[in-house]
Amino acid sequence: MKFMDKVIESHSGVTSTPPERVQGNVNRRDFLKLSSLLGAGLMLEFSFLGAGCSKFGEKSSFTPNAFIHIDEDGLVTLVAHKVEMGQGTYTSMPMLIAEELEIDVSKVRLEHAEPNEKAYADPLLGGQLTGGSTSVRGAWKPLREAGATARIMLISAAALEWKVDPKTCRAENGEVIHIPTDRRLSYGDLVNEAARLPVPEVVVLKDPKDFKVIGKPIHRLDSPSKVNGTAQFGIDVQVPDMKIATVSASPVFGGKIVKVSDEKAKEVKGVRQIVLIDNAVAVIADHMWAAKQGLAALDIQWDDGENASFTSESLAKDIAEASKGKAAVAKKVGEPGEVMAGSGRKIEAIYEQPFLAHATMEPMNCTVHLQADSCDIWVGTQVPTIAQGAVAKLTGLPPEKVKIHNHLLGGGFGRRLEVDFIAQAVEIAKQVDSPIKVVWSREEDIQHDMYRPYYYDRISASLDEHGKPIAWSHRITGSSIMARFFPAYFKDGIDPDAIEGAVNLPYSTPNVLVEYIRHEPPFVTAFWRGVGPTRNCFVTESFMDELSVAAKKDPVEYRRALLNESPRAKAVLELAAEKAGWGTPLPAVKGAKVGRGVSVLFAFGSYIAQVAEVTVSADNEVTINRVVCAVDCGIVVNPDTVQAQMEGGIIFGASAALWGEITFNNGRANQSNFHNYRVVRMNEAPKVEVYVVPSTESPGGLGEPGTSALMPAVANAVYAATGKRIRKLPIVSTLKTMI
Amino acid sequence: MVTLNVNGKDHALDVTDDTPILWAIRDIIGMTGTKFGCGMSLCGACTVHLEGKPIRSCVTPVSVAADKAITTIEAIGDTEIGKRVQDAWIASEVVQCGYCQSGQIMSAVALLKENPKPSDQDIDAAMSGNICRCGTYVRIRSAIKQAAGMGEHVSEGV
Ligand code: FES
Ligand code: FES
Repeated sequence: MKFMDKVIESHSGVTSTPPERVQGNVNRRDFLKLSSLLGAGLMLEFSFLGAGCSKFGEKSSFTPNAFIHIDEDGLVTLVAHKVEMGQGTYTSMPMLIAEELEIDVSKVRLEHAEPNEKAYADPLLGGQLTGGSTSVRGAWKPLREAGATARIMLISAAALEWKVDPKTCRAENGEVIHIPTDRRLSYGDLVNEAARLPVPEVVVLKDPKDFKVIGKPIHRLDSPSKVNGTAQFGIDVQVPDMKIATVSASPVFGGKIVKVSDEKAKEVKGVRQIVLIDNAVAVIADHMWAAKQGLAALDIQWDDGENASFTSESLAKDIAEASKGKAAVAKKVGEPGEVMAGSGRKIEAIYEQPFLAHATMEPMNCTVHLQADSCDIWVGTQVPTIAQGAVAKLTGLPPEKVKIHNHLLGGGFGRRLEVDFIAQAVEIAKQVDSPIKVVWSREEDIQHDMYRPYYYDRISASLDEHGKPIAWSHRITGSSIMARFFPAYFKDGIDPDAIEGAVNLPYSTPNVLVEYIRHEPPFVTAFWRGVGPTRNCFVTESFMDELSVAAKKDPVEYRRALLNESPRAKAVLELAAEKAGWGTPLPAVKGAKVGRGVSVLFAFGSYIAQVAEVTVSADNEVTINRVVCAVDCGIVVNPDTVQAQMEGGIIFGASAALWGEITFNNGRANQSNFHNYRVVRMNEAPKVEVYVVPSTESPGGLGEPGTSALMPAVANAVYAATGKRIRKLPIVSTLKTMI
Repeated sequence: MVTLNVNGKDHALDVTDDTPILWAIRDIIGMTGTKFGCGMSLCGACTVHLEGKPIRSCVTPVSVAADKAITTIEAIGDTEIGKRVQDAWIASEVVQCGYCQSGQIMSAVALLKENPKPSDQDIDAAMSGNICRCGTYVRIRSAIKQAAGMGEHVSEGV
């Protein structure tokens, strides 16, 4: 069907067999309607929930949670809930609207939503937050529907004005055109008239093959301000009369202040005030340098509390013990126990993964102006509504008196899903008269992060005489972030996130058991560029490699043979292997060993395969030279974003795979800054090649999978190079303990 | 009292001599394009030019800059190389969260001023002090080459 026919057809409400017809059981007016909120222009309210289900299967009734407004200049503003933290949302979401509205993407602006839990809930996660690779996935249909609806109304308005049949009109590039006479009216001239028309009952969305915007690389809309220093991150906020504060919280989680001597600190030029809260000291000053100097001059006595003797070793022992306990069954297919006890060849392994810090490039910070009857917060957060609620509770103010001014995020990765640093800033602000900007040092940021949990996995398989797995058993022991963050989703002892990526392996195995045991360290843990798949993939894909070795098969061939029922996974594996030159020899490096490793991942609705090439030096330093990544993430909205997210995710994963770990001694984190929490730099960054498999499936997530698949690909490459199997991350410190 | 010349403008500041240029620029002068990342000369987010040379402003005291010219990200686009680098950054879609990019651009401009046609090794040497947690290194490299007129494509595929 030609695009123009479709416009006409959709406008008239007559449909043949549209590719995606939006009607179903839902009364259209229930999830998209004209807004009465604004005088001039055309404003539509719509709901991200009305069009789909939440991630865990609950349908919700209509509350408008996004708005598009077209003004008299023809400029379109989308007010929605997603936060830009680097993943390109600011560009992808306007693209979806622009596609159906027939307007240039540059005419569509995205605005941060005001916090309002009901109104801006994420359709997949069920709350107002940006995380879990859900941005484009959840917006995919509703935004296109909103664009299509507005377009139809604008066409109707023009047809009325010209007194012609709307079927003889079409929309293009921000104008409605009367086809026979080539008369044109711009959207800006039509908005007020369109706003008086009824909202069409039915819209038909374009067939993907007619897409003009979706699938084409589009320049990120936020780049210019980020290359000339004008982009405003939370840390850049300046409020009149603002003071700067920096903090030192108890070095041991759960510790308290006993006594602070502040005479010397008060002598530091520019220091204004020393503030003590329950578990931290803050120095309020004219600028950060004075605050830092003041903090260094304090003599603080801490009561370390119960966790004073916590060490990584004690945690490792505890979690190993816990893993022998009673587990909740997350998935059971066939008779894994029986088969495992049978005659097959049994392979077993234990995998461990460390605590990780997020180390976002922008350290934690929050600016607060607390007054008698209001509180203003300037911050970059992935969860504005949660932040608003937390501040309301702390201050006793009604939520509507708490104003969250959200800013660009200098990296999120899950860290800015937490509001600990916002709550702390508010506690400090209670004792300060002026507005304050609380900025954490990098040391504070790393030592008081909410870490990615430590996990301990027992995994085993039974192989038949051809080496194929006939039983698979995977027991995951570790902290449940969901139980804290979304308690309602922690049911029957199962954390649905902790097992994600372990229960839905793409491979065909007749008997499967996946279990989970919750085990908490003495402090709270947090999401870290996803959690479940990010760490499960390391375990399952490393273990698949072990199985291929046991079966004496090539790792790619071994996986391929098990992927007949998962054609998308098979296709990415084949593509990555082909592009990487799998099977061809790698050039030798003098005095070092080289190897290739592969991984396959299905998570967040996307299929990924990676092949990593590494060099391992005589002193066990590992260099990742090249990563080839094949992706099938459904329909690609902005191909450049796909590529960028893969490149970024791979490099983020490389830091963690090679060196990332937070360890503890005497209850204190041993790492503090980038010299001992090492991250990949330019000279260490692999060459990354990304190949996208064309697909017409719904879009999958992209923020996390690149990171997830990288870790096993590298560990498997290290095995190929050295014959050493890495069952504990990070790779380099494990390699150095192996003989 | 210290006088700092930032982007051609003098600022008289009432700070101690040991105050790092970073905080003088950000918190006192109020120009926030230059970023704080580590405070220990480990990440490069705070890179500015002092007399045209890249320095880590988080560890360089204002006393060092007396009577010298500081250039920050806010003004680097006024120079020919600075503009070229910014344009290449946009054309190559380098930016993700963007927080490190002020520092990356300042380091890249300094590199190209010294070395108009840098090799991969030259790029590694000049840029490895600048951390990007979003992992934009692949594109930074290609943007530098593009700005140097040695254009190459970001990567194959897609
Ligand atoms: S803030 Fe100066 S190098 Fe990191
Ligand atoms: S773009 Fe985010 S840290 Fe570099």
